Amino acid sequence: MKLKLKVWRQQNNKDKGGFQTYDVVAEEHMSFLEMMDVLNESLIAKQETPVAFEHDCREGICGSCNMVINGRPHGPNSGTTTCQLHMRFFKDGDTIVVEPWRSRAFPVIKDLVVNRSSFDRIIQAGGYISVNTGGTPDGNSIPIEKDVAGEAMDAATCIGCGACVAACPNGSAMLFTAAKVSHLALMPQGKVESNRRAKNMVATMDKEGFGMCSNIGACEAECPKEISIDHIARLNREYVGSVFGGA
Amino acid sequence: MSLDSKIPKGDLADKWTNYKSKMPLVAPNNKRRLEVIVVGTGLAGASAAATLGELGYKVKAFTFHDSPRRAHSIAAQGGINAAKNYQNDGDSTYRLFYDTIKGGDYRSREANVHRLAEVSTDIIDQCVAQGVPFARDYGGNLDNRSFGGVQVSRTFYAKGQTGQQLLIGAYQALSRQISLGNVTMYNRHEMMDMVKVDGKARGIIARNLLTGELERHAAHCVILATGGYGNVFYLSTNAMGCNVSAAWRSVRKGALMANPCFTQIHPTCIPVSGDYQSKLTLMSESLRNDGRIWVPKSKEDAKAIREKRKKGVDIAEGDRDYYLERRYPAFGNLVPRDVASRAAKVACDDGNGVAPTGLGVFLDFASAIQRYGKSDAHSKGLDENNQKLVTELGTKVIEAKYGNLFEMYEKITGEDPYTNPMKIYPAVHYTMGGLWVDYNLQTNIEGLFALGECNFSDHGANRLGASALMQGLADGYFVIPYTVGTFLAEEIRTPAFSPDTKEFKTAEAEVRARLESLVGNKGTKSVESFHKRLGLIMWDHCGMARTAEGLKKGREMIRALKKEFYAEVFVPGTQDEFNPELEKAARVADLMEHGELMMVDALDRDESCGGHFREEYTTPEGEALRRDEEYTYVSAWEWDDNNPVLHKEDLVFENVELKTRSYK
Ligand SMILES: Cc1cc2nc3c(=O)[nH]c(=O)nc-3n(C[C@H](O)[C@H](O)[C@H](O)COP(=O)(O)OP(=O)(O)OC[C@H]3O[C@@H](n4cnc5c(N)ncnc54)[C@H](O)[C@@H]3O)c2cc1C
Ligand code: SF4
Ligand code: FES
Repeated sequence: MKLKLKVWRQQNNKDKGGFQTYDVVAEEHMSFLEMMDVLNESLIAKQETPVAFEHDCREGICGSCNMVINGRPHGPNSGTTTCQLHMRFFKDGDTIVVEPWRSRAFPVIKDLVVNRSSFDRIIQAGGYISVNTGGTPDGNSIPIEKDVAGEAMDAATCIGCGACVAACPNGSAMLFTAAKVSHLALMPQGKVESNRRAKNMVATMDKEGFGMCSNIGACEAECPKEISIDHIARLNREYVGSVFGGA
Repeated sequence: MSLDSKIPKGDLADKWTNYKSKMPLVAPNNKRRLEVIVVGTGLAGASAAATLGELGYKVKAFTFHDSPRRAHSIAAQGGINAAKNYQNDGDSTYRLFYDTIKGGDYRSREANVHRLAEVSTDIIDQCVAQGVPFARDYGGNLDNRSFGGVQVSRTFYAKGQTGQQLLIGAYQALSRQISLGNVTMYNRHEMMDMVKVDGKARGIIARNLLTGELERHAAHCVILATGGYGNVFYLSTNAMGCNVSAAWRSVRKGALMANPCFTQIHPTCIPVSGDYQSKLTLMSESLRNDGRIWVPKSKEDAKAIREKRKKGVDIAEGDRDYYLERRYPAFGNLVPRDVASRAAKVACDDGNGVAPTGLGVFLDFASAIQRYGKSDAHSKGLDENNQKLVTELGTKVIEAKYGNLFEMYEKITGEDPYTNPMKIYPAVHYTMGGLWVDYNLQTNIEGLFALGECNFSDHGANRLGASALMQGLADGYFVIPYTVGTFLAEEIRTPAFSPDTKEFKTAEAEVRARLESLVGNKGTKSVESFHKRLGLIMWDHCGMARTAEGLKKGREMIRALKKEFYAEVFVPGTQDEFNPELEKAARVADLMEHGELMMVDALDRDESCGGHFREEYTTPEGEALRRDEEYTYVSAWEWDDNNPVLHKEDLVFENVELKTRSYK
């Protein structure tokens, strides 16, 4: 299939950046990133600079890949990362627009690569259980209901990609933060410090320049792991607990 | 050079306990002055950095990723082993030890493996305390599944995302130490070289990938946890960024590379579909618990399937060859990986393959769906003979167990694995070889340690499923925090090192020259094109079946490729900027040299064992023929551009009797 690609090119954070148009011939069995590889090989053949984009596992788990495709983070399919998107969902003659995540808290590094270290700092603010290595009780000493463990697992599948932020008109990181707060608050081990955790993580989220949450729900719709917005409600409860519970 | 593995004296089961009670300790006030560099923050590195930070050492951690959470460990699917014996099915430390030694085809060190089995149970407790959401049964207790090569259920899992959950656990522990100021984290920093001062490892040269700036970092010791080198084959299940450079640069400074030819080819991966393909996707081994592997008995049926005139479901039960169940009735579909992979190759070489390329076999869930459906109908008091209902119920059970894997398969292939059997084929997956280390996980260079997939220590010639996660976390949480103390206790009077000495400056200048020459090269060919060609040479000559002749030829081909690379590669951009092509070029250059060493190693080993299958050495039934008299040793190679030198560490088995592995 023959495609026209409009790709965001930006030399670095100071550069203003803009779209460049390229013709690419792809096959329907290719993944989207393999199609981008084809584009890059053709640029290198002309001794031009290839398009910088982030990727690693190419199977939807590391959270590296991050392209806004035709206006949607990770492209048109729900529950799918950019690297899992296949070309059979496009057709001959299509024009495809490819951009990076756009958010104040994710500055562009080059082309489609952005800096998501602000997510690490949110986790550093409290996204953990305070336990040292060694001397922990037997793994079966606290039974956890199958469904509760399952719900915690669902929240914990967040891959830290940032599509929720890119999708949100306010650039809020609520879904990402809520997924972690919820995962840990659901487990008895993590319950103890959950109010304090919520408070510190939300404070860091604000400090990093992420926007406010106004319950639009775009995050849930674009999340490749289909993390439920219900977790935001749980975060809010933990947060209120931290303010009024005096923790 | 004589290799001292430093195995403690005493009975196998007491070695580690005695070691811990007798090792020298470093007092807390001294720990604060001792600096440790950890390179790599996957399972092994993140757990090590977090634990060393907790203990009070001054830790600097490095990763080329933008966050520790992206490490390749994140992709592990199936699970992690531990000898908890929660299922009461006869598991024990000794059995896990024995299975690992046997699974590794008797090419690993007894003492290291026993220690691994001992600490395995602590890992599960640790991870649970961190909040890892392992799967649970209806009683709320931890659930287990079984994996290939063993007859007990000892694998703990978190859906099909065990690696993700374990890595996030370690990442969170590391994040906590970062926030407490005990660990300084350097994201997007790639180690380009290791620096030795007076023969000991005292630091690294790192490249800030955002700016291209070269930085000198000094410390009292350096710990490498930089993962495996499966990407030497280009196509593998490894993440795109996996590489050998940190280990290889250390080898060029005198570290020994052990058993580099021991590579694991995983039997259940999605087959190759075209030459644009950039990586292969694993379908977790846990699928072999319920999936049955087969090919059509007749070549005509196989051909019809390849040409899409027939589907798997069209082949009658009697016309199918469940070749693993036929050849290995005791273990059936759960034989170890090396055995399953070779059997698939044999079936396809015979012309019975089912993927369009001819390289693919079926993994079929139809029987499991029926079995689970019947049992579910029975327990709910519904009609067990209602075919539609049974299929529906059974499909639900399979979905609950493997839903995300089935979804992944569907996304990639566009085929529905619930109604049509999956197609799978072996692919490069894991590297048992790695830096030679002693019992302390120290390389032959003092002060240089290696953990996780980047060392060679525990899996011999073949790794059992769910044992890499176990080893990475054992090394990081429970072994290195003790053994590094044995080295550092001698260093308490050594003042902090300056990174401004001539050793550091020379190393930095060498790295700069190497990178400048790559970007300054006036070639026309892309780095990717060389990597692809390297991969093909490796796969054809050092892959699932090897011969002396092929290995000699392969080595020559790599040497020629290397020459061509330095003459004709084109690397756009400059050294002092964010330049992913340059990163890739430096990594591929190192993979080529390492690939050559793999050929040399495979040629030296005139036997078949585990993942190393030499066609000249087979039993009359076509199974691997080990030659224990001559080859019960670890091959530790000292690099030389023309004649790498072999050092042997003889393996002594005091507790296990060497037997021909049989899964029949
Ligand atoms: C698809 C797949 C599924 C798997 N499933 C399982 C399973 O179910 N069970 C199991 O036990 N095992 C499994 N494995 C194997 C297992 O995941 C790996 O062996 C293990 O995670 C390796 O961990 P590690 O910490 O040693 O290295 P990695 O996780 O690869 O981490 C390497 C780290 O080193 C860093 N690094 C590398 N080089 C440099 C450098 N030069 N400078 C700076 N940083 C550097 C990287 O950034 C990264 O942080 C699987 C493997 C694959 C490919
Ligand atoms: S919540 Fe979803 S979209 Fe947001 S970072 Fe996690 S996985 Fe990505
Ligand atoms: S590349 Fe890892 S999630 Fe897409």
